[in-house]
Amino acid sequence: MTEASPSVAALRARFGGAILRHLVSCGDTIVYVEAARLLEVMTWLRDDPGQRFDYLTDVTAVEYRDQERPLEVAWQLRSLGRKADLRVKVELDQRQPLVVASVFDLWKGADWLEREVFVMFGVTFSGHPDLRRILMWETYAEGFPLRKDFPLRGHFSRAEQTRQALSANAEAHYSLEELSIAAAYDELPADMKERLAHGERGGVK
Amino acid sequence: MSTRTLEVSLSTPSLDPRGNPTTVPLCVALPEYHAPQDDQGGEHMLINIGPQHPATHGVLRLVIELDGETVVRVVPHIGYLHSGFEKLGEYRHYNQIIPLTDRTDYLSPMANNVCLALAVEKLMGIDITERCQVLRVVACEISRIISHLVWLGTTGIDLGAFTPFLWCFYQRERLYNLQEAWTGARLTTSMTRVGGLMADIPEGFEAGLRDFCRTFPKTLAEVDAMFTRNAIWCGRTQGVGVINGPDAINYSLSAPMLRASGVDYDVREYRPYLGYETYDFDVPIGEHGDIYDRYRVRLEEMHQSVRILEQALDRLERLRGAPINVDDPRLILPPKHRAMSDMEAMIFHFKQVMEGVKAPVGEAYLGVENPKGELGYYFVSDGSAKPVRWRIRPPSFINLACLPKLCEGVLLSDVIAINASVDIVMGEIDR
Repeated sequence: MTEASPSVAALRARFGGAILRHLVSCGDTIVYVEAARLLEVMTWLRDDPGQRFDYLTDVTAVEYRDQERPLEVAWQLRSLGRKADLRVKVELDQRQPLVVASVFDLWKGADWLEREVFVMFGVTFSGHPDLRRILMWETYAEGFPLRKDFPLRGHFSRAEQTRQALSANAEAHYSLEELSIAAAYDELPADMKERLAHGERGGVK
Repeated sequence: MSTRTLEVSLSTPSLDPRGNPTTVPLCVALPEYHAPQDDQGGEHMLINIGPQHPATHGVLRLVIELDGETVVRVVPHIGYLHSGFEKLGEYRHYNQIIPLTDRTDYLSPMANNVCLALAVEKLMGIDITERCQVLRVVACEISRIISHLVWLGTTGIDLGAFTPFLWCFYQRERLYNLQEAWTGARLTTSMTRVGGLMADIPEGFEAGLRDFCRTFPKTLAEVDAMFTRNAIWCGRTQGVGVINGPDAINYSLSAPMLRASGVDYDVREYRPYLGYETYDFDVPIGEHGDIYDRYRVRLEEMHQSVRILEQALDRLERLRGAPINVDDPRLILPPKHRAMSDMEAMIFHFKQVMEGVKAPVGEAYLGVENPKGELGYYFVSDGSAKPVRWRIRPPSFINLACLPKLCEGVLLSDVIAINASVDIVMGEIDR
């Protein structure tokens, strides 16, 4: 199957220049869309009676080994009724801030998927209501693990990672809101507070 | 009147002089009970469950905001088991990624192996042999039954029913023995290869599986008798954790989570792989989208898996002796004795081990119907032997993202039941 999905022709007819190019790979149709008009295109793809892409299968990003190539954010769309798939992509220039519109308002399933792309690739989804880190902790400072400039073993040495883990404030994993319920913290003996401040295992200063 | 006296009949009842059965008091004169009148002063309370808690099915941490006993908000925290599989995959040959897939959804490793092989074969444009297809169907359906049995048993325990857990795990053990005989491992199976399988099924496997298919429905009937019309089970599950069909689609749910809400969507039917369209099976659909319907859907899915397994066994008989690997020395390792004695075979062996199998430039997404939901592998290749990007579409991750929505306004004890009904496995959520 090397024919492109009929959605491509419909998209071109509707949005013209915002559809940059398309290609077919292994039977999957991929459409490159101008980043600025992404939300408009996605809304049309979901709501147009001829398209009805009601199911967001996946959101992810791709960075190529070739550093000249832009970073791509990919949305796998699916129409359960029409049994059709479409992959929409946006290219982001790595020299610019990596920002793209969130599709959270269209598909609630995008919530955690966009948060994952945010923490793993550093792409910001504007309009996402709760773009917190996921999978990595709140104070994670090594960078974006799935980027190609991120070494397999991490930016920090094993010794540095151990030092940070042991000297981390154990309570720092809780948000301020969560901390406010731990009122008993003030009543803990001083030595226990000291141990907690260095992590339970302690020992390394 | 706050004092109450509970009495139970003796198991060997005796009669008092007036002919009435004697009873023993179980509990007398309870202290007076004061209803907590605004104990909290209108404040909400935060409760932390996990990451080390048996009812969160792994290292999931839930921070729950309570108003009395009613849930206002649930905030899941995940990532405690993050292993960076997607990153690791970028540094490995395609066949070397297979062991990583065992460790994502570790309750259905064989189904993950199959999905990975299928995705790479789609990327490389390989057509596998018929016997290989049937064996992979067997692997997928065995995984489905194993995974659903774990779900059924542990969910029963979460809701206070211990006995079905033992029945389920006994049956699961029988499948694990078969799986071990085939792959040599109970958990880290790594049983597929790109273009084929690691090994054909051993002697006695078919007979063992036939025996299982014959006797297993009896266990399902027992569970059915225990749960389906059980007042406690119905009370804990019916109308709890409800999500309607359009919302379930909007939240990208899949598998029993989606089908319990009445959406007829199964990847095996939607985009058949491994020749699933040629098997005769039904896709159970729920109606109410609550925990009870998810239970009914999963129970019926196990019956349907047995049906598929029986058909696959018939086909295996017909295909006895047929090849399981594609006939391409660039893809499939030669037998060890040939690699040691034949120059050409040794060269192919060397090139595969040292250089790996190169995939053409392109990208492919392939989703399969795993027990937990739609598992998808998305590969991007730049023409080398290692992928540029290996993306796992994790079904439990996406299903769990819906948990805060499911838990709005329920009681604290229902959170445990709802979390169990999502059927999560943390290895896959955290990857």
